[in-house]
Amino acid sequence: MKGRLVRDLAGALIVVTMAAGPAVAQRPDRSAPPAPGPAPSLRLPVIEQRSLSNGLPVWIIESHEVPLVQLNLVFRSGSGEDPAGRYGVASLTADMLDEGAGDRSALEIADAIDGLGAVLTTASTFDASAIRLNVPVARLDEALAVMADVALRPAFPAADLERVRKDRLTSLLQVRDEPASLASIALARAIYGPDHRYGTPAMGTRTSIEALTAADLRAFHATHYVPANATLLVVGDVRPDAILPRLEQRFGTWAGVAPERTPLGTTRADARRIVLIDAPGTSQSQIRIGAVGAARTTPDRAAIEVVNTLLGGTFTSRLNQNLRETHGYSYGAYSAFDLRRSPGPFMAAAGVQTDKTAAALTEFFREFTALAKPTPDAELKPARDYLALSYPAEFETLTDLSRRLEELAIYEQPVDTLEQYVERVQAVTPGTAARAAATYIRPSTFVIVIVGDRATIEPGLRALDLAPIATWEVGPLLEGA
Amino acid sequence: MNRGFSGAVAAALLVFVAEGAAQSPLEVPYRLVRLDNGLSVILHQDRSVPVVSVNVWYRVGSANEEPGRTGLAHLFEHLMFEGSKHVPTGEFDRLLEAAGGSNNATADNDRTFYYEDLPSNALELALYLESDRMGYLLEGLSQETLDNQRDVVKNERRQRYDDAPYGRAWLELDTLLFPAGHPYSWSGIGSMADLSATTFEDVARFFRTYYVPNNASVSVAGDIDLDEAERLVRKWFSEIPRGTPVEPLSVSEPALDRVVRKTLTDRVQIPRLFLAWLTPKAFAADEPALEVAAAILADGKGSRLNQALVYGRELAQDVSAYQDGRALAGSFQVIATAKPGVSLDTIQAAIDHELDRLRTTPPDAAELARVINGIEASFYRAMERVGSYRGKALQLNAYYNAVGEPDYFAADLARYKAVTPAAVQAAVAQYLSRDRRVELQVVPEEGR
Repeated sequence: MKGRLVRDLAGALIVVTMAAGPAVAQRPDRSAPPAPGPAPSLRLPVIEQRSLSNGLPVWIIESHEVPLVQLNLVFRSGSGEDPAGRYGVASLTADMLDEGAGDRSALEIADAIDGLGAVLTTASTFDASAIRLNVPVARLDEALAVMADVALRPAFPAADLERVRKDRLTSLLQVRDEPASLASIALARAIYGPDHRYGTPAMGTRTSIEALTAADLRAFHATHYVPANATLLVVGDVRPDAILPRLEQRFGTWAGVAPERTPLGTTRADARRIVLIDAPGTSQSQIRIGAVGAARTTPDRAAIEVVNTLLGGTFTSRLNQNLRETHGYSYGAYSAFDLRRSPGPFMAAAGVQTDKTAAALTEFFREFTALAKPTPDAELKPARDYLALSYPAEFETLTDLSRRLEELAIYEQPVDTLEQYVERVQAVTPGTAARAAATYIRPSTFVIVIVGDRATIEPGLRALDLAPIATWEVGPLLEGA
Repeated sequence: MNRGFSGAVAAALLVFVAEGAAQSPLEVPYRLVRLDNGLSVILHQDRSVPVVSVNVWYRVGSANEEPGRTGLAHLFEHLMFEGSKHVPTGEFDRLLEAAGGSNNATADNDRTFYYEDLPSNALELALYLESDRMGYLLEGLSQETLDNQRDVVKNERRQRYDDAPYGRAWLELDTLLFPAGHPYSWSGIGSMADLSATTFEDVARFFRTYYVPNNASVSVAGDIDLDEAERLVRKWFSEIPRGTPVEPLSVSEPALDRVVRKTLTDRVQIPRLFLAWLTPKAFAADEPALEVAAAILADGKGSRLNQALVYGRELAQDVSAYQDGRALAGSFQVIATAKPGVSLDTIQAAIDHELDRLRTTPPDAAELARVINGIEASFYRAMERVGSYRGKALQLNAYYNAVGEPDYFAADLARYKAVTPAAVQAAVAQYLSRDRRVELQVVPEEGR
């Protein structure tokens, strides 16, 4: 028991209660944890790949567990396609789709969907935009009619646009109150700068949000929301032959040519530096550390995921064990690679109590540096097993399934990518893991953003002498040029 | 509930078996077993994916805490992951992750539950780990792990409440709403002073009092063979001795006879209003009508408060309403964040106008149907997942502990379907009074 103190009192009382209870059952052997049996294999459901007469690919998975169906219409364009000076247009376009479409007002759309017990959402990321419908199968037809209006015929009414714009500007104002959000926004800016799209939040800045017009939204919609740029995913209690004619009726006559992709700017390795943002009176420092990571299509993906699992991907990862379980500096520490179409950021993060800010940074960098040492296979195996064995759980619900299919559609990957995932993860060796760590975890290039009580933490940061310190104001990050 | 169950029954009592029957989409067949030591065991088979969830529910929460030791139930929840007699510190999570599992836990006023979601081949590992900490936790704990998790919990409090915008309002709301001394009148996260004062002996006493098999139930749902799962649960849990029975808390019905007003300043840009009322407890007769009222008021774009505050006059950035039915009492809350430049008095007047409408006129049938359809669809969606915070393993356990019947899904939905427009109006009139409530305003600090 690792020399742990055992309290006599506790033991004694347990004996007493046992004597008062019924006859004790036979004791199982607790000397070693029971070893799991052979791992179950994931039975991936069959994906029916069809298309409509306009070429729109339709992928269907039958699942008859519950009387629901999930339909996701995904487009391979997101905030990465925002033109310069129009940051936020992809995000605002997606947000405005259900604010009036076809002959329906925003309220009529909401009432129709709510009345059907359906959920209709519109969303975008840096790489994609999506309209997602979850509906009881008995009410599919009515819901499809609304979904088609929202996807194909958004009206972008002026009054609704002004309301949503005001909502976004208020949200941006509220970000000033959230040290964790500010730290992530500042890290992206510090890594990518103001000219690369990834250096500014998907929503844009106050200046860019104020400048967007309905014409911008219509142009983005006309260019990117076309069948040649889309895939329709259907998962649930349906039969392919029965649902295809209904989809053809709603989505089969829409047309348009595939958009040209805007190449994003290049990035180069940075020199280590600290960006400090003052948050007077807070009791924690929000720390974000990162650099440019990797692209979604990198051949190193499996090795990157195994290395990140080891570093900060799970509860038992090195960062969380160190900062939370050993030192108690934080409620939790983690790291993640955001794999985007162009190389997205790597980020390690924690909120730490103010008086431990410098000490926590020392521990972060201790763990980054330790990754440069070879990891024995015995330590890699649990990380590989975690990723491989938890994979089936990612296919449990209709929504889970549809999201896995979205990834294939957005990044134009073959269907067997899903089946090969486990094999690829299990093939990561100490050698490939070491190469991935050396390539993608380079502490000398990391930018460190700290949002915290400057007066309290700055002396410790200077004494630590980890990197040069710059002080940033919040304004320029959120206001824009 | 079967808390008074006697240990005199020799063999486990098979209360109900319903597996294999033709089922409606909301029927969840289960096997309920009682072990000699008083532990209730619920087993449900769902083989759609090779995953199983184990949910262990203890009938203890912050309501069981004593003065000067607020936060103990939640701090204790953290300590449950720090090792037990046969599981060294750190191994609980390491073993589960290496098997492809995930886990977590949560403590509220009335209960604390723990879950493991894992590939079905590793079911026995979860049962081993859960039984070891139920039977042998204290032999694995030390002053060092207590001190470490005390620091972690203090950082949780800093992150989720002290530094979070409007976070301190959540700590105040129940204190303003419930009379001093009521078990809901303190926050579950605990005060920093009480967390600092908590000793190893407090932890040990809490464990011996509440973490006994006769105060717990285990639910296993997913890709299992029922007989084999029952055998494994018996194997690992049967040896744990029954403890002294835990008497249910008995408190008088809380009452509020006036308006309690308070203003907090916080590091926020714009003000937020919290209105709160005392309402019936979970599964009380009037509770569904209040939940429907909350949805009519604030669920979806077409809801009344959204139309009045967020969409029409654009007074508020957001508005929400909910009935929070707990074991001893309930509360109803309406929360709205102002648009910049709009006063909270204007917002409160607009909310009161909508409450008055609902107080004096029943909602129309279409409005009610919209809400009921949404609730019904959410019941179906909840059937899809076995684990985590919303899955069937948890829900079977929650129903069992609340009403004594694990498969209460269809009956629960029927409670909502029975709500009439008149019942909604009556509930609003009876419980959401203008002159018996908490009005808590959170406003920006000077200079913001």
